[in-house]
Amino acid sequence: MPSTVALTVARYRPERESEPTFQTYEIPFRKDWVVLDALNHVKDELDGSLSFRWSCRMGVCGSCGMKVNGTPKLTCATFLSDYVPAPIRVEPLDYFPVVRDLVVDLTDFMRKLKQVKPWIIRTEEKPPAEGEYLQTPDQLDTYKQFSMCINCMLCYSACPIYGLEPSFIGPAAIALAQRYNMDSRDEGAAERLKILSEHDGIWQCTFVGECTKVCPKHVDPAGAIQQYKLTGATRWVKSLLLPWGTR
Amino acid sequence: MSAEPHYTLYHPRWYRRRVSVWWWLQNRSYTWFVLRELTSVFVAFFAVVYLWQLRALAQGPEAYGLFLLRLKTPLFLALDTVAFLFVLFHAITWFHLTPKAMVFQVRGKRVPDWVIVGSNYAAWLVLSGAVAFTLLRG
Amino acid sequence: MDLSSCDVLVVGGGGAGLRAAIAVAETHPRLRVAVISKVYPMRSHTVSAEGGAAAVIKAEDSLDEHAYDTISGGDWLCDQDAVEAFVREAPEEMLRLEHWGCPWNRERDGHIAVRPFGGMKVERTWFAADKTGFHLLHTLFQTTLKYDAIQRYDEFFVTKLLVGEGRCQGVVAIELSTGQVRAITANAVILCTGGCGKIFPFTTNASIKNGDGMALAYRAGAPLKDMEFVQYHPTGLPFTGILITEAARSEGGWLLNKDGYRYLQDYELGTPTPKPVFRSMELGPRDRLSQCFVKEQEKGRTLEGPYGHYVHLDIRHLGEKLIDKKLPFVRELCLKYVGIDPVKEMIPVRPVVHYMMGGIHTDIHGATPLKGLYAAGEAACVSINGANRLGSNSLTEILVFGARAGKAAAAFAAEQAGASPSLVAQAHDEQRRIEERFLRKSGGKERIATLRAEMHQIMEESAGIYRTETVLKEAAGKLKRLQERFQDLSLDDRSYTFNTELTAALELSYMLDVAQTIVHSALERRESRGSHQRTDYPQRDDERFLAHSLAYRAEEGSPRIAYRPVTITRWPPGKRVYGR
Repeated sequence: MPSTVALTVARYRPERESEPTFQTYEIPFRKDWVVLDALNHVKDELDGSLSFRWSCRMGVCGSCGMKVNGTPKLTCATFLSDYVPAPIRVEPLDYFPVVRDLVVDLTDFMRKLKQVKPWIIRTEEKPPAEGEYLQTPDQLDTYKQFSMCINCMLCYSACPIYGLEPSFIGPAAIALAQRYNMDSRDEGAAERLKILSEHDGIWQCTFVGECTKVCPKHVDPAGAIQQYKLTGATRWVKSLLLPWGTR
Repeated sequence: MSAEPHYTLYHPRWYRRRVSVWWWLQNRSYTWFVLRELTSVFVAFFAVVYLWQLRALAQGPEAYGLFLLRLKTPLFLALDTVAFLFVLFHAITWFHLTPKAMVFQVRGKRVPDWVIVGSNYAAWLVLSGAVAFTLLRG
Repeated sequence: MDLSSCDVLVVGGGGAGLRAAIAVAETHPRLRVAVISKVYPMRSHTVSAEGGAAAVIKAEDSLDEHAYDTISGGDWLCDQDAVEAFVREAPEEMLRLEHWGCPWNRERDGHIAVRPFGGMKVERTWFAADKTGFHLLHTLFQTTLKYDAIQRYDEFFVTKLLVGEGRCQGVVAIELSTGQVRAITANAVILCTGGCGKIFPFTTNASIKNGDGMALAYRAGAPLKDMEFVQYHPTGLPFTGILITEAARSEGGWLLNKDGYRYLQDYELGTPTPKPVFRSMELGPRDRLSQCFVKEQEKGRTLEGPYGHYVHLDIRHLGEKLIDKKLPFVRELCLKYVGIDPVKEMIPVRPVVHYMMGGIHTDIHGATPLKGLYAAGEAACVSINGANRLGSNSLTEILVFGARAGKAAAAFAAEQAGASPSLVAQAHDEQRRIEERFLRKSGGKERIATLRAEMHQIMEESAGIYRTETVLKEAAGKLKRLQERFQDLSLDDRSYTFNTELTAALELSYMLDVAQTIVHSALERRESRGSHQRTDYPQRDDERFLAHSLAYRAEEGSPRIAYRPVTITRWPPGKRVYGR
């Protein structure tokens, strides 16, 4: 194993340059280091002006998503040893506007998340004092997978549709909508379907499937969207055949 | 073209990368995806040939004979082969994607993916068998 | 100066902050409430909590049992009126979260499932596999989205509290995306900024946990309470400090020394049994278990690896099925970060800094002595955790006291008139300070990383699991010198847009302040209690120290320590007994 590794990092300093450049740092190679450790080494020891987001360093806060050698990754869960002796190239996530260096703007996702109403919708709410809504382990299993999304944005960065049609609501937000639809305590599926059947919703997805592949938490947003399409199509056919029955 | 706007204090100056026309060549799965989308053209091709066949049939035995002769030209044989391969690709990829879209629950447990994919193949075999039986019997 | 305003301003978007914001929106729908956070709320460190949240729900349990476990676990330093309120309101808060969609694990019949936890006499810990904090935070965050009254300032770094006419009236903050310094005025401010584990080198805490809120309150004149009590979690992964949840032990995991011996039996923690027994052995409290590790290390019975001494956590006998159902994250983390599969191999673990029992002094409603300023969560000290927090009480605490602080702050804000005009001048001064001290400063030779590393070393040596007078005294002097050297700091980055070196510098200055309060409080408490163990004063001394320490910021910079009595209602101080 080599003792050092070349880490090439995308830099973008909006106050002095109009487009990104690349800068290469020579960093020590350690077997236990993840890409994020290497970035922190740069920031602490070599160049304090490198900007990136990070927090938990255990793959659950979703802050440190970046492109490593072309693939969207959580840098806190991507080991240098998976790449060396080859050089490592770190870039900001694709399809989001770059604010600075490796930091991208997430305003668009935050707006879309709210748009899909990711909260429990019920016609009648039971006061907490009356106890829990019952939910069997099997009912929990039907949506649990979709509730594991950490909002790391890797799926958006892997989705060429989002790149081409930025208005597309996108994988994570739709998966979260589906998470609530499938929750036995929720009654908001019809309300969400109305929003998601619109132009920017599920039908924009052409099932590239990359979102599911890059998801670090195995949420399977592609699956969520296809299931959603099936529900949407079934409802549409039903409304054609039985216009009085779906009200 | 005007020059890039300069930085203004306290105003974000985002950099937006443009998506390249060749994005689908950037990684293999994107390429497979675009190929899969392309299969629709060949599915349509078979449909058009079928309509053409119906038209020839309606025009009488002579026209139908001519139609069959045309199908046997090398150009059509080549086209048919390519189209067949694409349709095969289409069928297989979609068979494997079915369990993503259709989640069945039996007694509260999710039916495993291989069962759904397998039943697609089984249905395909049965239908193909039925067609072969009908054709070969005569 | 860009000036905006709201009625209640919540600083911090973790569990406590979001719960507080919802409480404001629900009890006072006409008030404008804003959440300001240096990260997007779902990045907050609540997300990393694993094991669960305690609340009495089962018929065989009782509020008194929960209160007793908490108070004895805290070595009688808890305020018992606060504990009583806490256990009483806990079940309803947890049910509310269930109604908001939290995917709690269930019994077969659909009722909430509970698991045992360290120091608890009954099973009362609600859990969502071993990602309870993650689910709790996302449920809360997604629920806040439905309230239009809740406004958010995402990625705004608070640098100062605005205090005018004797009350807190807002904050000054840097908008990270632009670097603009802005003033946000409010009739009440709630600090929910979490703890400060990053003062120590080896911690489960995320990089954002720098004691921001504690330092902000301290600088504004509010005291920090019981800062000497730092919780070491007994089971962290070496090198990364990643937490292996206590649930691994409560489900039946064993702690083994290098001879494969369950060493806890040698330290008055009971006798080993194959099945876990409440308040015994591996289900003992965290302070005791971490102290046992040190003693075991002194006896030479720990293992040694590239990142120091460690022992083994063995969960192999639980079987793959149970591990995948109840501890999937433990397996994921071990596979990813240690390259071992806990189904087949033992997990290397060692004590790691995890939680601050101390924090901003508040009353039972989350109010600090500074009018208009409230605090909740790990940033605050109510206190229900005393000298040692029990596992699974902190997630419940952020809900109960987040809600309480939200309601109290809303009621206070509703009574206030507008902001005083002097605030704008204060905000301008703050902007000038940041420019002159950091962005346009010439000269200076110190680097952030150097000072931070030295602080880490001082804290680990002096304020670790065992402490002594001489080392603490030395540490106090060293920290003071570090404070001076901090004035000589120089940044590489002088730009405005997303300047994370500037925020790291400000965070370091917060940590240095808080570190001083920890060391000084520890120095003054000449007894051993809970997580504060003095080798020179090994006994608990109720006569002198059945009291909360309060660290005030003195003029010359070093903290001044005072004391206030502990509230005792029904449980007079007794001996902490485990394993019997």
